Amino acid sequence: MRYAMAIDTRKCVGCSDCVVACQTENNVPIGYCRDWVTETVDGSYPNVEIELRSERCNHCDNSPCVRCCPTGASHIVEGGIVLVTPHKCIGCGACIQSCPYDARYSHPEGFVDKCTFCNHRITKGEKPACVAVCPTKCMYFGDLDDPNSEISNALKNRKHKVLAPEAGTNPHIFYLV
Amino acid sequence: MKEELFISGREIPNIDPYLHIWHWQIPIYLFLGGLAAGILFFAGLYTILGKEKEMPATVKWAPFIVPFALILGLLMLFLDLKHKLYFWQLYTTIRLESPMGWGAWVLMIITPISLVWCASYIREVFPKWDWKFELLKKFELWVIDNRKIVAWPMMIYAVILGIYTGILLSAFNARPLWNTAILGPLFLVSGMSTGVALIMWISKSHEERKILGRIDLLLIAIELFFITHMIMGALAGSQVMIQAAQLFLGGDFTVSFWTFVIVLGLIFPATLEILELFGYRIPIAITSFLILLGGLIFRFIMVEAGQLTRYLY
Repeated sequence: MRYAMAIDTRKCVGCSDCVVACQTENNVPIGYCRDWVTETVDGSYPNVEIELRSERCNHCDNSPCVRCCPTGASHIVEGGIVLVTPHKCIGCGACIQSCPYDARYSHPEGFVDKCTFCNHRITKGEKPACVAVCPTKCMYFGDLDDPNSEISNALKNRKHKVLAPEAGTNPHIFYLV
Repeated sequence: MKEELFISGREIPNIDPYLHIWHWQIPIYLFLGGLAAGILFFAGLYTILGKEKEMPATVKWAPFIVPFALILGLLMLFLDLKHKLYFWQLYTTIRLESPMGWGAWVLMIITPISLVWCASYIREVFPKWDWKFELLKKFELWVIDNRKIVAWPMMIYAVILGIYTGILLSAFNARPLWNTAILGPLFLVSGMSTGVALIMWISKSHEERKILGRIDLLLIAIELFFITHMIMGALAGSQVMIQAAQLFLGGDFTVSFWTFVIVLGLIFPATLEILELFGYRIPIAITSFLILLGGLIFRFIMVEAGQLTRYLY
């Protein structure tokens, strides 16, 4: 089982519903967020292209944050999800430095926090909060190993990319372009 | 024109607009680690070479600074932690892949070694020192008789400690400025150079200073060579590496790097050391102070600048 997410950059309108849903679902402290939306503008008027992306932890196969953690607080669980155990984290900041996506932050209580793919929801068979609320239904979530899953179908039919492939992290967030 | 902007209003403290998760504690920690590594390496080396008499400051006096430097360094590492009460878990886990884990363990081994080393010389500094316990007295006598047995691991762990201060940074693929294998040797040589500078400052023997001055000149030459290669290597790298090098070649850190590290921290003290070799009398405090300050600023600049560099997508 390898959980992954695909986000359609052509359907996303940048409403930030995913951000708010995540903050509410996961009790993210005010001023922090586990996911966010970026807008990339390419070219100048009248030849302008805009790409909107909802970004979060990429739950990489080859995750530098798990490798550099001195206590094993950062770890990979069933389904390839990268998690942090707060009571094992010493807050050294190594994993924050190691993340090419700047997806981790130091929680005001001291430990490091980040997207969990809503592990508590997917173990119950639900979708992550961000995917569940998306008003344009531009996010797909599922198991890459299942050829009939929503995500496998989305990736089969569309051109897609990952962020910073040159970092060699094998990310599990795909962007349909 | 390509522009990226956050539209969700992401403004996470210490992450946005640019990463700044490591503050002043880490450069001081790296500096003290390098300094301790330099002093212990030469103390071990000259003991193994059997030159305790000719090099008293190197072998006996300077190592007394090391336990203080290492404990202060560990305190800096502790201050850097955000989840402080859980720090002990560094020592309940062994993670071979984690440079931070390596560093914690190496410090845990080399600090007692340096304490044993100092203990074996303490009665030469404080003649009235009394160990009070028979066991400690016996242990002291054993160390005094077998200093070379202690010197070997001390020297080897000093090298590991010195290299580790660089690898702590170079292991991060996500920070292009740091992600170069030369950072380990560079920090080792720089740490040794600061160690030698401090020993020279303490030393009262002219002959000893002369030997140390020559060693330091060699170390500074190697350091300049490594820094050149670090920048050349980055310029020959990918786009993010080139941008990292640009920080020192016209970017935000150009003035501080070239003025305080290269000129005042390396070239100027090296010139003073060369003049000294030609018989000019130059106060050693000036040379040593500049090298030490240059080493400290070098680490501040590397830690700050590295956090500004990142992948672009």
